[in-house]
Amino acid sequence: MSNVPDELAYSAEHEWVSGEPDAGAEVTVGITEHAAAALGDIVYVEAPRVGDTVIAGEVCGELESTKAVSELYSPVSGTVTAVNEALEGAPETVNSDAYGDGWIFKVELSETATDLLDAEAYAATIA
Amino acid sequence: MSDASLRSPLHDQHVALGATLVPFAGWEMPVRYTGDIAEHTAVRTGAGLFDLSHMGEIAVRGEGAAAFLDFALVGRMSAVALAGARYTMICTPEGGVIDDLIVYRRDHDHFVIVANASNKDTVVAELDARVAGFDATVEDISAAIALIAVQGPLAEGIVARMCVRGDDDIRAMRYYSAANVLLRGDIHAFAARTGYTGEDGFELFVGADEAAAVWELALEAGAEDGIVPCGLSSRDTLRLEAGMPLYGQELTRATTPFDAGLGRIVVLGTAAKPRGDFVGRDALLKAKVEGPARVLVGLVGDGRRAARTGYAVLDDAGAAVGEVTSGAPSPTLGRPIAMAYVPASLAEPGTVVGIDVRGRREDMTVTALPFYSRAS
Repeated sequence: MSNVPDELAYSAEHEWVSGEPDAGAEVTVGITEHAAAALGDIVYVEAPRVGDTVIAGEVCGELESTKAVSELYSPVSGTVTAVNEALEGAPETVNSDAYGDGWIFKVELSETATDLLDAEAYAATIA
Repeated sequence: MSDASLRSPLHDQHVALGATLVPFAGWEMPVRYTGDIAEHTAVRTGAGLFDLSHMGEIAVRGEGAAAFLDFALVGRMSAVALAGARYTMICTPEGGVIDDLIVYRRDHDHFVIVANASNKDTVVAELDARVAGFDATVEDISAAIALIAVQGPLAEGIVARMCVRGDDDIRAMRYYSAANVLLRGDIHAFAARTGYTGEDGFELFVGADEAAAVWELALEAGAEDGIVPCGLSSRDTLRLEAGMPLYGQELTRATTPFDAGLGRIVVLGTAAKPRGDFVGRDALLKAKVEGPARVLVGLVGDGRRAARTGYAVLDDAGAAVGEVTSGAPSPTLGRPIAMAYVPASLAEPGTVVGIDVRGRREDMTVTALPFYSRAS
């Protein structure tokens, strides 16, 4: 069973959100350990770019592993304020530290996120 | 998938090793134990251990066994030496590939055919239908046989250490030959120097009830060489780098061996060395003379987005002219690689084609197969 930290919020598409998801706030986004494990060794992360507008539930990038490719969905709506440049050279960090150094991008929310799951509800979807 | 997933005799070993198990051709098999790239790299640089118990094994016995297989398959099995192995195919009368096979000759009147798990029942049925009139029997022995592969440059030493008798045979064995050996623990095995990874290696046929002991023995004998249990995911990238076709992707009933660049395994015979009739002969002769309309090629990309199975190959004008059959980021090359069917006009190495990677074009360059060859 993979780790689902209590302090994070989650999307049904296996992204995590760190920080209060209120309009105007900045949150950090990554993919869950469960999603990273299902993909296998990630070799390329195509994240959105700083300044891009992302919309909750819509595709904003992709994750490529040796085994498969998966689309990256934004769990929140807003403007991208940062992307994790370290993943360019070390995409495997998403596997090894999904909730820490494997973060993918940061978003300044244009509206409060209402569709996120808490840890218990997300864990139930992957049980 | 099906509720009635078949389990390998090594299921408990896989669970104990923490494998991720997935449905595969009606079986529940390990896709990986730790990580795809680590498993892939272990086979390229050291040794990997694979459970291939899902593969089908079919015994063909009888005085007429060789003559029967000469009729049923596209190659000439009567020409295979005792303890030899041959890569071959079973085709439809129209020349389409029903399955690709490795045939092992265990005696003058005894062959064992290894078929893909997904095709095993079909192959058995086809052989049953073709055996009429021959002094031969066809028996599905899959349930009684476990197949365990040790692959990689260190495989020879590991398999030799597993033996109490036959270790000299292991060391002396040439690629695509085999021998009966006695493993530690008084276990009889048929050991073949074959594989699906592009590396040196061995495949061990043992009784299903002895599979667990052989698996543990391989881990023990391979410990000093850092042997790594490997799943289906690394097996797929290893065979792709080696340019080896996978049934259902490069090979289907809609392809002939010539389409796949494997026409050399179709033995049509010559005036000096004639061959009798075999199923698919007329169609395959025609396919050889006419030449394939589309050709299986290797593709290498400069970008990072990989072509995957089913993606369209685009010409300069953006028109779909071919299809990717397999593709992945190559762990060894560090670049995306793929195999694809393209028109003969685009098959020349160096030709740049586009791939429709989820709506965005990525250029890839046609390259000779395989992508990777071991130093020998």
